[in-house]
Amino acid sequence: MFQFCADPSILPDWQWFACYLTSGTHLAFYRSFLVVMLLLVVVAPLALGMGMLGALALRSHFLPFNWVGQGYVNLVRGVPDIVFFLFVPIALGQGIEWVLHQINCPDWDQPIRQGNDFIVCREAKMPPVGASAWVRNVYGFAMAVVAFALVFGAFVANTLYGAMRAVPRAQIETAEAYGMTRAQAFRRIVLPQMWVFALPGLSNIWQILIKSTPLLFLLGIQDAVFWARELGGAKTSLFTYPHPDWRVWYFMALLVFYLFLTWASERGFGWLTLRMSHGQATAEGERLRRKAVA
Amino acid sequence: MRTCAESFQSYVLRPLGRDYGENLLPRGLDITFCDQLFLIGGGLIWNVYFAGVAIFFGFFLATAVALAKFSQSPWLNRPAGAFVFFFRGSPLFIQFFFFYSAFVLLPRVGIEIPLGFTTLTLHTSALTTAQVGALFVLILNTTAYSAELFYGALRAIPKGDLEAADAYGLTGFARFRRIVWPNMLRLSWPSYTNEAIFLTHSTTLVFLSAFPARQQSGEAFYYARYFVDQTFNPFVAYPLVAAYFILLTLAIIGTFGLVNIRLNRHLPRPQRARIRFRPQYLR
Amino acid sequence: MKKLTLTLAALALSATGAAAQDVVRMGTEGAYPPFNFINDANELEGFEIDLGNEMCQRAELTCEWVINDWDTIIPNLVAGNYDTIIAGMSITDARREVIAFTQEYKMPDPSLYAALSGTDSSVIEGGVIAAQSNTIQAGHVAETGADLLEFPTPDETISAVRSGEADAVLADGDFLRTIVNEAADLEFVGEPVFVGGGVGMGLRQSDTELRETFDAVIAEMKEDGSLNELLIKWFGEDTPVF
Repeated sequence: MFQFCADPSILPDWQWFACYLTSGTHLAFYRSFLVVMLLLVVVAPLALGMGMLGALALRSHFLPFNWVGQGYVNLVRGVPDIVFFLFVPIALGQGIEWVLHQINCPDWDQPIRQGNDFIVCREAKMPPVGASAWVRNVYGFAMAVVAFALVFGAFVANTLYGAMRAVPRAQIETAEAYGMTRAQAFRRIVLPQMWVFALPGLSNIWQILIKSTPLLFLLGIQDAVFWARELGGAKTSLFTYPHPDWRVWYFMALLVFYLFLTWASERGFGWLTLRMSHGQATAEGERLRRKAVA
Repeated sequence: MRTCAESFQSYVLRPLGRDYGENLLPRGLDITFCDQLFLIGGGLIWNVYFAGVAIFFGFFLATAVALAKFSQSPWLNRPAGAFVFFFRGSPLFIQFFFFYSAFVLLPRVGIEIPLGFTTLTLHTSALTTAQVGALFVLILNTTAYSAELFYGALRAIPKGDLEAADAYGLTGFARFRRIVWPNMLRLSWPSYTNEAIFLTHSTTLVFLSAFPARQQSGEAFYYARYFVDQTFNPFVAYPLVAAYFILLTLAIIGTFGLVNIRLNRHLPRPQRARIRFRPQYLR
Repeated sequence: MKKLTLTLAALALSATGAAAQDVVRMGTEGAYPPFNFINDANELEGFEIDLGNEMCQRAELTCEWVINDWDTIIPNLVAGNYDTIIAGMSITDARREVIAFTQEYKMPDPSLYAALSGTDSSVIEGGVIAAQSNTIQAGHVAETGADLLEFPTPDETISAVRSGEADAVLADGDFLRTIVNEAADLEFVGEPVFVGGGVGMGLRQSDTELRETFDAVIAEMKEDGSLNELLIKWFGEDTPVF
């Protein structure tokens, strides 16, 4: 990046570091933080959507739907999340290929699972044979997103369900007095008001999501953990910038990054809670009203 | 093909080391369902070890940190607050990597601390093993999360109880032991149960991070991954490990539920806190 | 007649042109110098990268490199994420059950034990030996009386020896040589161990055509000496050549 980086072996210390920290692999390392942020930005709305579906299922009077909701939420709570993160991508991948196989190759007579092999016909392969690298990367990333959204959707469902139940009964009774149906009362009264009760739980889940992102590394995605491990290992003279084992510094940098994210999220949610508490019939809302008057 | 009885003998204690079962793990087409059932089940021994020891030490340490955080003196509450922020604010997975790479840099023969009249030698070579090093990280992690729970509970102790303690002339350690501590436990117990469950779930990350498996002995999830890699079939090993963990979770809820009943025994029925499985914390 | 011949020739040329459009994806580890590693400019470099590019050029294929970690390199080949494995993988019977190999492009390399200077060679039988998981060396250590300590990457096996966590590491001589030569604190101990066959390229068992293409190219490179040139360039003058 800099002019003087042409021959690093003759450079004094700080210049060597300047060149080292701006090498191609280090730039990839910095970019991988963006991959982490991208995952957060994509998973959050999806998890919210899944959670809303789950909460509706938990609320529902239609028993099978209710049971599906209960089963979904309890299964995710009872099983370590890492099991889901590793199981869902490979199971979903095989599932999609199996479905495509049934559709595209109806006359295939051999079993799909032969010994330890999972063999489907060529047309059923997903991503398709001959797809370029970016398609495969996006597909892999999408599988990871689905796994995360499934797990966090269950947590969000739980929180939203609790928040829906926390809306004061008086509000719902008033809606009934006005002749609204259950669905109308839900849409116009419960839904807008539940967010302030959901916020503490949602902020908690957001923090949890932030702290689960290093597990992307296990799904083969070149994220920050991959690069920290790669760059930190001792390097011989085959490399342009030989150095001893520096992994502890790289992981310290990752820790600082995540601490910063946590701190920033706490501040962000604090601001959001304050904003949403305006006009609410809660202690916080009351406090804000007093302050506004004073 | 191995029978289930042979699998049981060869593999159920294999996670403890080579001397407790068959030396080599089953490979490829040789793997039967019973192999997976017993090897993964045996691996649970390590999950229980990590979770049990971490919760045990973490409980006492967390009480200390919570009291420090609750105290008025900034010399106590600032470091406690920083400790809790550090371990709650960063992912456990990264904590494992960081501490392992730090332990690896410690001198093999131990650290000598000259104390003037004698030299104290800290034998640090065990810290790079999973059984000691990962346990150390898990203890610190659960201490931070539990300390936050206990701190919240300390702030919520009913005023009336504390005033009654003062009226009876209870001070210092007696006041702590008879009034503050039981109340703190009672108020935080449902959340602490969740914390215990999540710690148990996090023990699956130990062999996924930097800590190596010695003699190929690891915990349940390590073996589940081994089987999936060997058979390319996730639909047997992962549901097995999921089922084992559901059973373990139910066992924890049951045990902690019994303690909850004891903690609430002095309250009238409607006021007793029921344990509701409400996940709040993950690493 | 002339027109027909010309059209057929044009068709044949465009067919080979189309074949040149077929992308062959080469899977490698990227963490095993000098076979394959990611250099500081974030590019793949190493003996196998040079070899792979040369082979693709000779076979008129367009090749794309894919990095995959060692533990899932075979399952992901079978699943179709890439078409070949060219990652310092030794040909063994156990691996042959799952994938197919081309002929070897590098002779069997003795595996060596490396340890901190002054370590007694008795650790080979009874000490703690580090090795990368799912390698032939790990399999060998598991069968001797020593304690196997497995790591997912080769880097970590070396730092385990340095930190004292392991008494010695068993790995390919070619991998260890650069490291031991540059490190003042490491030396080789004990006798070389011959485990596994030569290094070959792995492919799915169903890809017979691609395998034959690569086999032919490797044979060609052996005959005209270009393979030996690459071997000497990356592994030094003493490396066994074809």
